[in-house]
Amino acid sequence: MVAGGAAIPSGVCDGSGEAGVCDDRPEIEDPRDFGMCEQASSELSLHQKKIFKVDDHIGVAIAGLTADGRVLSRYMRNECINHSYTYESSLPVGRLVVQLADKSQVCTQRSWKRPYGVGLLVGGLDESGPHLYYNCPSGNYFEYQAFAIGSRSQAAKTYLERKFEGFMDAQEDLIKDALFALRETLQGEKLTSSICTMAVVGVGEPFHILDEEAVQALIDEFQIEEPPTDEATASDESSGAESGPADQGTAADQGATPMDI
Amino acid sequence: MNLADSTPAMNTLLGSEADSQRTLYPYVTGTSVVGIKYKDGILLAADMGGSYGSTLRYKTVERLKPVGKHSIIGASGEISDFQEIMRYLDELILYDNMWDDGNSLGPKEVHNYLTRMMYNRRNKFNPLWNSLVLGGVKNGQKYLGTVSMIGVHYEDNHVATGFGNHLARPILRDEWHENLTFEEGVKLLEKCMRVLLYRDRSAVNKLQIAKITEAGVTISQPYSLKTFWDFSAFKNPTVGAEGSW
Repeated sequence: MVAGGAAIPSGVCDGSGEAGVCDDRPEIEDPRDFGMCEQASSELSLHQKKIFKVDDHIGVAIAGLTADGRVLSRYMRNECINHSYTYESSLPVGRLVVQLADKSQVCTQRSWKRPYGVGLLVGGLDESGPHLYYNCPSGNYFEYQAFAIGSRSQAAKTYLERKFEGFMDAQEDLIKDALFALRETLQGEKLTSSICTMAVVGVGEPFHILDEEAVQALIDEFQIEEPPTDEATASDESSGAESGPADQGTAADQGATPMDI
Repeated sequence: MNLADSTPAMNTLLGSEADSQRTLYPYVTGTSVVGIKYKDGILLAADMGGSYGSTLRYKTVERLKPVGKHSIIGASGEISDFQEIMRYLDELILYDNMWDDGNSLGPKEVHNYLTRMMYNRRNKFNPLWNSLVLGGVKNGQKYLGTVSMIGVHYEDNHVATGFGNHLARPILRDEWHENLTFEEGVKLLEKCMRVLLYRDRSAVNKLQIAKITEAGVTISQPYSLKTFWDFSAFKNPTVGAEGSW
């Protein structure tokens, strides 16, 4: 997820990666874009849907037990639509995230429940600008300029850490940066739109998932199929993966390392 | 009392069990509220009367109130229901402030919340017997809307409740324009309130004007309008139609 000019690729334990791009175009009254990329697990399977539109102004990408992710997405959609109905305006992203976090926390304090086994990257746009949050099963949540979750996300985070400060200015390149960051998680595989999902949200641009041809066109345009030749870590496609994102780091927040359960 | 409505079946259909548990008619009522947009924000005007039927019983009723940082509300109709609405709104604003997150409910949100409340009560055959005017400014955007006791709601550059719709709106349609100054706005509202004072039997000559801008809310001290009763048309009103009925 990329917010405020940052791209966040993330990988899911079961071999999927997510990346997001945020674009900041000050000349068009401060619109922001968010994008999310997703990588499917194997050639035989179709994509498991891991990016959900929550409302016109909010989208979420999940990593972990996708079934738990769907339940939480449904909850988020419900909260957004209830707010819209009562107040005729969009639910601020920060409030949705807190409600989600409080719901997750309950499951950590009742003996007969289990935590939601999914980490969520929530990206959205409200009055105060674009936001990107990461919600943990523990009930903690953190705001980021750029982030990556899932297995092999560290490679993407390294890329983002180098690049994120320039994101605010280099608007057009944000989608490119997201795709580059996603490519980092591939460990040598070729980046094509068949293993990748991209979603964008911005001012005047409701949250939507780009279709496969559009993504492939972007990949071709930026010529990013060729994977980098550095740090080849043995990457097992750990399918049937564990719950929760494999590792997290803070791309932007120094000294605040979110802990997962 | 319609006996057919007293049967158990009909009672549940009509809402609460006993009629004493739902609003049937208003008791202490406020009359018109008038609101206009002007250059810097919104102006609302209302008198301070609380009528008990045809008796002008209470003369210091504040019918204009601030709601949070960005809105003001004016109410006509049953005063006790307005006090109830203020309790709901104060609670709404309290919870909004408790988020402590830099977001706040603007006038549009409050207006919609009121609409939902009024409409839902109406559907239960237990209305809040009010017509409300809600105005405010947030992030430079001016907002002025109204909600009735049955949930009819709309926004406009100038709104009014009750008699104000019949007596004030025609004046405003002719004389309102964008970018009125504060002084022009007050003069226009006073013109409307004066007509209402002459022609509305529930009006009292003690009013307040509320102003809301990006900077905040100000509600004036109560004051009275100068009136003139020596119009020749007012003299000998029954000429040509002697006798009373």
